[in-house]
Amino acid sequence: MGQSEDISDPDLIKDLALRLKGLVKRPMKFMEVCGTHTVSISRSGLRSIIPKEIELISGPGCPVCVTAQGDIDAFIETAKIPGITVTTFGDLLKVPGSSDSLAGRRAKGAQVDVVYSPVDALQLARKDRSREVVFLAVGFETTIPCIAATIKDAARDGTGNFSILPALKLMPPALEALLETDIGIDGLICPGHVSAVIGAAAYKPIAEGFGMPCVVAGFEPAEILFALILLARQVNAGRAEVENAYPRAVSWEGNGKALGIMNEVFLQCDTEWRGLGAIRQSGLALKPEYNKFDAKYRFGIETRHTPEPKGCLCGDIIKGLDIPSNCPFFASICTPVSPVGPCMVSSEGACAAYFRYETGVI
Amino acid sequence: MCLAVPMEVVEIKDGDELTSPIALVELGGIRREIRLDIVDRLPHIGDYVIVHAGFAVHSLTKDEAEESISLIRRMADGWRE
Repeated sequence: MGQSEDISDPDLIKDLALRLKGLVKRPMKFMEVCGTHTVSISRSGLRSIIPKEIELISGPGCPVCVTAQGDIDAFIETAKIPGITVTTFGDLLKVPGSSDSLAGRRAKGAQVDVVYSPVDALQLARKDRSREVVFLAVGFETTIPCIAATIKDAARDGTGNFSILPALKLMPPALEALLETDIGIDGLICPGHVSAVIGAAAYKPIAEGFGMPCVVAGFEPAEILFALILLARQVNAGRAEVENAYPRAVSWEGNGKALGIMNEVFLQCDTEWRGLGAIRQSGLALKPEYNKFDAKYRFGIETRHTPEPKGCLCGDIIKGLDIPSNCPFFASICTPVSPVGPCMVSSEGACAAYFRYETGVI
Repeated sequence: MCLAVPMEVVEIKDGDELTSPIALVELGGIRREIRLDIVDRLPHIGDYVIVHAGFAVHSLTKDEAEESISLIRRMADGWRE
């Protein structure tokens, strides 16, 4: 499609960078909430073309990275149960739990299958009714409606050997919890595809309640630069509003159909985040009528609070308090091949993005 | 997990009471079947969809797909003057 070529036009990017430079009158620090933004910023070398006064830091928008250590341990415990096939997005496979990883369990004989979609997990359950198939449900508002639709499928045709282990997260409550502590940022680059579901309006309480400029951004470097220009303009004018720099994918009110399916199947609940701790009403649990699809009840799986790896900075990186290259483990004992924390594992993780694309420049 | 690039709809298979509507989408020669039950607006053949975990989450016409790019371009052109 032509647009990808147009948007990476070097002249356009140069113009946008110049325009941004003209707007920067003091140091500014913006958080890219979404892990896919983090990867795009690192891969495109955006840090080297934006003004030095602008600092970009990662936020809590990598679903694997924010999954609490206790949930990772519960996932690994589930893989130990005989007769269960655990299905997961690939990023979770190598995340270290307290004593093992899913990849480690698989090497020891556990049935752990990587799927691209929760529907693929349901298909596995339908194909072999003799096995219990458990889908490890991590993700934000973009992923949650996909999982809800899959649960509704299973309920509709009575697939009794399929369940999910939910560790789902909602983005606005986490951002509010984060902003209740002063993390010294001047604005938020709001996630593109989470916003396609929840709508740009979802950030209004954050812009107004915290005086925080919020701009929804697409994922191309030019689109991120455009969002930075809108943020810098807000900072200069002393405004704190929600602006949408990704109108082709994100509407003000969001995707009502996706939100409807999500609310049919799930209820808001308190949940624990890596680095951020427990946040009220920031997670989702299956509604009571769907409890038979909850692996926690089905197999009596308990999630305990377990400490994060000692010395690992993933918790601070998720909160925007530090950058990967400041971690003592970064690129030494922690690498994508042998990770200590999830930010080095996930394809959306800040440490993995820095390791792959920025180790030469930082 | 976010596939950032819209994929083109090349075929649509209607659903019934037991199955959901499905689109065959293509990007760079890769074809994939995508569920349409949570998309904001059912796409037509030739439209684009933003795909996430096997589902279309947003549907856009070719013009809409190029809209924000031309907006950025127009702004950039304005700044040059």
